[in-house]
Amino acid sequence: MNRVLVWYGELTTPGALSRRGLLFLLPAALWLMAFLVLPSLALVAVAFAERGTYGEIVWTFSLENLKRLLGYGLFGWSPDNLLILGRSVWVAFVTSLIAALLAYPLAFFIASRPPRTRYLWLTLVIIPFWTNLVIRTYAWQLLLSPELPFARVAAALGLAEPGTALYPGSFAVYVGMVSAFLPFMVLPLYSSVERIDSSLIEAAKDLYASRARVFFQAILPQTLPGLTVGIILTFIPAMGMFVIPDLLGGAKYLLVGNLIQQQFGASRDWPFAAAISLGLMALTLVALRVYRRSGKDVDLV
Amino acid sequence: MSRLHPAVGVTAVLTLGFLYLPMLAVAIFSLNQTRYGMSWGGFTWKWYQSLFNPALSPDPKLTETIQAAFVTTMVLAVVSTVIATVLGTLLAIALERYPWTRRARVFLDNLLYLPVVTPDIILAAALVVAFSVLRQVSSLFELGLPAMIIGHVTFQIAFVALVVQSRLKSLGADLDEAARDLYASYGYFVRRVLLPLLAPGIVAGAMLAFTLSLDDFVISFFTAGPDSQTLPLIIYGSVRRGVTPQIHALSTLIFLATVILVLLSERLTRRSA
Repeated sequence: MNRVLVWYGELTTPGALSRRGLLFLLPAALWLMAFLVLPSLALVAVAFAERGTYGEIVWTFSLENLKRLLGYGLFGWSPDNLLILGRSVWVAFVTSLIAALLAYPLAFFIASRPPRTRYLWLTLVIIPFWTNLVIRTYAWQLLLSPELPFARVAAALGLAEPGTALYPGSFAVYVGMVSAFLPFMVLPLYSSVERIDSSLIEAAKDLYASRARVFFQAILPQTLPGLTVGIILTFIPAMGMFVIPDLLGGAKYLLVGNLIQQQFGASRDWPFAAAISLGLMALTLVALRVYRRSGKDVDLV
Repeated sequence: MSRLHPAVGVTAVLTLGFLYLPMLAVAIFSLNQTRYGMSWGGFTWKWYQSLFNPALSPDPKLTETIQAAFVTTMVLAVVSTVIATVLGTLLAIALERYPWTRRARVFLDNLLYLPVVTPDIILAAALVVAFSVLRQVSSLFELGLPAMIIGHVTFQIAFVALVVQSRLKSLGADLDEAARDLYASYGYFVRRVLLPLLAPGIVAGAMLAFTLSLDDFVISFFTAGPDSQTLPLIIYGSVRRGVTPQIHALSTLIFLATVILVLLSERLTRRSA
């Protein structure tokens, strides 16, 4: 290896270059191998193991956990686990949809502000984004408690029993989810809206396009990159969300994150927890595949 | 872009209100005299004072737990951020400035994006399983602060690396080449040229990592030991047992700290941009 090359203005040999490259690479790469890749592989392995009597892992190969995930339990087939998986996907879908619907007006509103104050409005969106999720979620518990206006209005309209809180339940989960993920949707969408070519919108209006047509044919195609990033940033974490369904959904509205946590907590059934995690990972990969196909050239950061 | 339908503006402002309403409620109730229940008993600062002074607290034990948790949260955030910033910066330089084969690059890119896209509960589950195996080798992997630090660093590295990498990309290679053309040794080049130029990116990455650590609940929840509670864990625990105004005061302070942190990082990144 006596070949000499110039790399970023430096006269060096391929051997010396890759040795130094490895020096930079190895610390982080080894860390990620040790604490990300190997644990993930361990998780996959455990999914095919069995649970011992005392909750320990028994290393005999078995498909029992995956079967249980699909609903084949001790007492025949039951849809419970599949229902929770399906519900997680559904909640993530509805959350993304509502967040997108609310994000469009907000993104357009911010983009319409004078440039000087735009940063301020954006900062207003970023602050909740960085506020601890546990705090924001229990704050919704407080807000939905029976003594406060929301529950009273709901009771007066006959939507809820008087004197009861609006949580736990599906409604509270959706409220919590949408408010948690809205910033994830607004920020990427805004970066698309900011760069929108408004002459296209004006042209559409000049040609007497209806409002719906202006949106679907002039605005939506131009904001699609931001929208796709927003959806992926909302959909995937929403599927695996644990805090919000735990505090606002209760036992009535379990999602897959709660199911995993239960196996680590009360049930102490790690192999089954690992199997559920595999299910969630599979759903994540499907979502990413869909995203890669539709939003190829979109920057994540 | 000039003429927006008024309904758009109204919806936008209401949506922002929807984002802030929960925190507003918590802040209001943190100033409430009444300890139990939701009735308004008059204005008071005492819950804030009781956070700093156990003697003033109706529940001195809770105050001490909160103070210990504050220390744990800070140690966890600072230590994990320092480790992740060093590792992430090195990784970014390696990825951006060295000739890897296509195969290696695809592998490294996946390694980098994996923690960004994986739901955190999966990483948490994987760590719990891995630690239970590693515990037989070293007590470092007992659930507790060291385990939490390992968990936090693992998801922080990718974010630091991505931020620093984008800074490296925007810097371009001209200054690298100029330095080497002028016979700077590699060590001199790194110390006097590369790191100073990268500094804004490294600081931005570190701040991101720090905030991510403060924000994390799930990884800490799974890897915490009995003596290593963080503030989010304390709040979560108290939600189960019944929230007191002291917890509201704590949450409000955390929220205010977040506001300051966000404003600070906005300023830093805007100046460097």
